[in-house]
Amino acid sequence: MNDLLISLILILVKLGLIFGVVLSMAAYLVLAERKILGRMQMRYGPNRIGPGGMIQPLCDVIKLITKEDFVPARADKWIFLFAPGLTALTALLSFAVVPFSPPLTLFGREIPMVVCDLNIGLLYLFGLSSLAVYGVVLGGWASNSKYSLLGAMRGLAQMLSYELSLGLALVPVVMTAKSFSLTEIVMAQSTWPNMLQHPLAFIIFMVSITAESKRTPFDMPEAENEIVAGFHTEYSGMRFGLFFVGEYINLIVIGAMTTVFFLGGWNGPFLPPVVWFVGKVLFVAFLFIWARGSMPRPRYDQLLRFGWKVLIPLALLNVVITGAIRLAMNG
Amino acid sequence: MNLWRDIKGTLQPFWITLGYLFKKPVTIQYPEEKRTPPPRYRARIVLTRNPDGTERCVACQLCSAACPVDCISMQAAEDDDGRRYASWFRINFARCIFCGLCAEACPTMAIQTTPDYEICNRDVLKLVQEKEDLLIDGCGKDTEYNYYEHSGIGVANERGGNEDEYGPVDPKALVP
Repeated sequence: MNDLLISLILILVKLGLIFGVVLSMAAYLVLAERKILGRMQMRYGPNRIGPGGMIQPLCDVIKLITKEDFVPARADKWIFLFAPGLTALTALLSFAVVPFSPPLTLFGREIPMVVCDLNIGLLYLFGLSSLAVYGVVLGGWASNSKYSLLGAMRGLAQMLSYELSLGLALVPVVMTAKSFSLTEIVMAQSTWPNMLQHPLAFIIFMVSITAESKRTPFDMPEAENEIVAGFHTEYSGMRFGLFFVGEYINLIVIGAMTTVFFLGGWNGPFLPPVVWFVGKVLFVAFLFIWARGSMPRPRYDQLLRFGWKVLIPLALLNVVITGAIRLAMNG
Repeated sequence: MNLWRDIKGTLQPFWITLGYLFKKPVTIQYPEEKRTPPPRYRARIVLTRNPDGTERCVACQLCSAACPVDCISMQAAEDDDGRRYASWFRINFARCIFCGLCAEACPTMAIQTTPDYEICNRDVLKLVQEKEDLLIDGCGKDTEYNYYEHSGIGVANERGGNEDEYGPVDPKALVP
């Protein structure tokens, strides 16, 4: 009984910690993205509120909360109200299985530094990223707007087709670790990261996850210059804010996923594991911001053709080759 | 080969944006850094004086007529010696579009635009400026020009008595 209580309290503490850290990180990623993009375009970015614009995220949130929560006429009201929450929720839930440090021993108790070390953690992540599609599709469909519908359609097709290559790119990683658990995948990379072991899988993963999470250059579902703002055209106030925050939490999730699957998780010399983990996550986030500053948006059919005709065959080939090599090495 | 071109085209922009990341932004941080506008910039409108210190404005209403938004109004009056002046002169800067047509229309170079662009005010009535706000102690752009030394009706000098001015034509004479 006592043991159970302690475990429960530990899980709650970890949950609170992750919730706080991830949300504040998401808020500051918005600021970081705006500042880095600004510098890449020879502007300063937001720098008026607080020293170097540090209070800007807070002001943005206050502005979003105090704005009118508008539901368009003839929108499907309940789905419309529900969809943004789904996006933010699935992004937040993904963090439950991400290990950010090796197990810690405190008062003779081994505490795993992950909210829930599922033995199918990887599949859990995939399930959640599939669920995230619903936020986009339902939000776009319920808005009763042509732009939203177009954005939702694009989002659906794009996310479904890129999920295949994303999953296939991770098969070699699972082969190496012989486990679906994220902790064990990280443990398996203690000598060298998967990025060096499976470079092709890494590239396929990065491209697919960019498309999967609707980041530029694959942000067709919300392409500003074609379909206003895509699936969240009709949203205002904090509901738009939830989509927005969900996108940036998603960016951290991507960072964490890339770190765990390919960059070796918390493994690294000299510095404490948590620092390595957070550093790698932030580095991946920077890569995505950098890509946003550098790449133009391809056409929609080009994106799908690239996914189906290039990435999926390549990923399949990669799986076959990796399997063959592993078989030859073992046999 | 196309593949090589595509890979190069994908990676090159990253290198370029990384370069720009470390360049100094070109933004002018307004309240702290202020841009110096060119001398002929059209912002605050002033009424200037002659080199001898008298008012240039003769209240001819040309600026008021030229103004496309009708933001200039005045009342003409005459001195004891017949010299015209504006008894009151008002510019509504809340309506002014800073087109500079008033300055172009002015025959005496009294009304002129200046590069002072910081006019905003929270109280819109403070943007309605009277003659005492507009009149400055200087000649503005041309420090030499004095309308009555070149032309004008017998105020400073007799008719035709000014420098480079012809005397009045006698309409009854046969030859011009």
